[in-house]
Amino acid sequence: MEVEVCGDESAATFTFHNEDHTIGNTVRYMLNKMPETSFVGYSVPHPAEPKMNLRLQTVGPPATQVLHEALGNLYQVSEHVLKTFEAAVAKHRTEQGAPELR
Amino acid sequence: MKHVSEGGLPAHLEKQRTRMFVKNAAPEHTSTVEAASAYAASGLENSFSIERFRRDFRVEIQSLSAEEAVFDLIGIDAALANAFRRILLAEVPTMAIEKVFILNNTSMIQDEVLAHRLGLIPIRADARVFQFRGDPPDDPNEYNVISFRLQVKCTKQRSSGASPGPAVVGCAPSTAGSGASSDAGLLGSRVTSGDLEWIPQGEQEERFRDAPIAPVHDDILIAKMRPGQEIELEAWCEKGIGKTHAKWSPVCTASYRLLPEITLPKPVTGDDATTLKGMCPTNVFDIEDLAGVPTATVARPRNCTMCRECIRHPGWDERVLLTRVKDHFIFSVESTGALPPETLFQESVKVLMQKASDIATLLKDATAGQQSEP
Repeated sequence: MEVEVCGDESAATFTFHNEDHTIGNTVRYMLNKMPETSFVGYSVPHPAEPKMNLRLQTVGPPATQVLHEALGNLYQVSEHVLKTFEAAVAKHRTEQGAPELR
Repeated sequence: MKHVSEGGLPAHLEKQRTRMFVKNAAPEHTSTVEAASAYAASGLENSFSIERFRRDFRVEIQSLSAEEAVFDLIGIDAALANAFRRILLAEVPTMAIEKVFILNNTSMIQDEVLAHRLGLIPIRADARVFQFRGDPPDDPNEYNVISFRLQVKCTKQRSSGASPGPAVVGCAPSTAGSGASSDAGLLGSRVTSGDLEWIPQGEQEERFRDAPIAPVHDDILIAKMRPGQEIELEAWCEKGIGKTHAKWSPVCTASYRLLPEITLPKPVTGDDATTLKGMCPTNVFDIEDLAGVPTATVARPRNCTMCRECIRHPGWDERVLLTRVKDHFIFSVESTGALPPETLFQESVKVLMQKASDIATLLKDATAGQQSEP
């Protein structure tokens, strides 16, 4: 993975190498949900090229900083999903009795 | 500013925001409203906050078995749910046969086809305790390669009374199929995944004492042979991900659907109730006696496939409202058997976390590099 940044402070295009829609769409979503964002979009220029471009225009703060924050949010969301899921599995196990393993 | 999830939108807009509608002609209001400022004109904000997510997000396990897990993720957006699905399919690592050294193959099946078939066999091994070999590949060792041997020979079965044929390694007696099986009287004519013999390397035998490495299923047909034909080969499993080749995908399927929500705006009673119950091919509706009147109720909404049969006839689309809840995902993960399905989902979430932190680090490096340039 590799990240290239080009553009000025408040707008930038980030190129993610070896990434696709998985990260593209989630990061786009997290950015779109931030009040600092005025425009965000991503594209995979060619399906055979392992590359993803993300364009970000903020309302003022540096684009890299906003992207950083979005990635932080994404990490925290995943962390919470993991914690909640593990708790739900544990709860299910105690309610149902442990399922047969293998 | 008040957040949109705390109410404040007119009822019909709130419904459009949180539900998608299945109509006769087409689904409506299918997209989610994402932009933080989308409802600014109504004096409402639509931004993301981790506190709100922590408060609202729920997971409910519907069923859990050794092969399949069905669970609800409630209060999450499609972008994230889809990321987990995509990661499950393509980026959670498993072990699969990658290198095949064919010493002898006189069977009908060509070397390359045989190797391909071997690759697709699910291997019961926890990929988390193995390492990627990388590109160019690291030297093979007990931490990145699992070795199997396949040595089978097909022979004619001796006439009754005599002992079975000589040194036929692990060949299941041919009990194949019905009718006039041409396998009758042959030993080792069916080469199956059960014939693969694990050759522990280094301390692997000790490390996997509790869960010996083997194909998940013993009865996967690899090749068929006639008397005199034989296969002898060594196969190496390596760690990989589904993005490289589907054989490394840890799931048979990983899919989600939105929770169906069926509402009857006005009570459907009497003969209409019977008609409605009869129209549904998945048996969503029940008829209950409410104050002496047989009334249709939505008993099993999860059965609904949104086939629209119940709203097809004139007038019914007013009486039955088919909607789906936009932030309620019914996830279904079916494992190939290497790891239990709930572990696979946990791994997929960890992969996304790893991606987020890796990219954050790379971003820091990239911007630091740019600033230091003249």
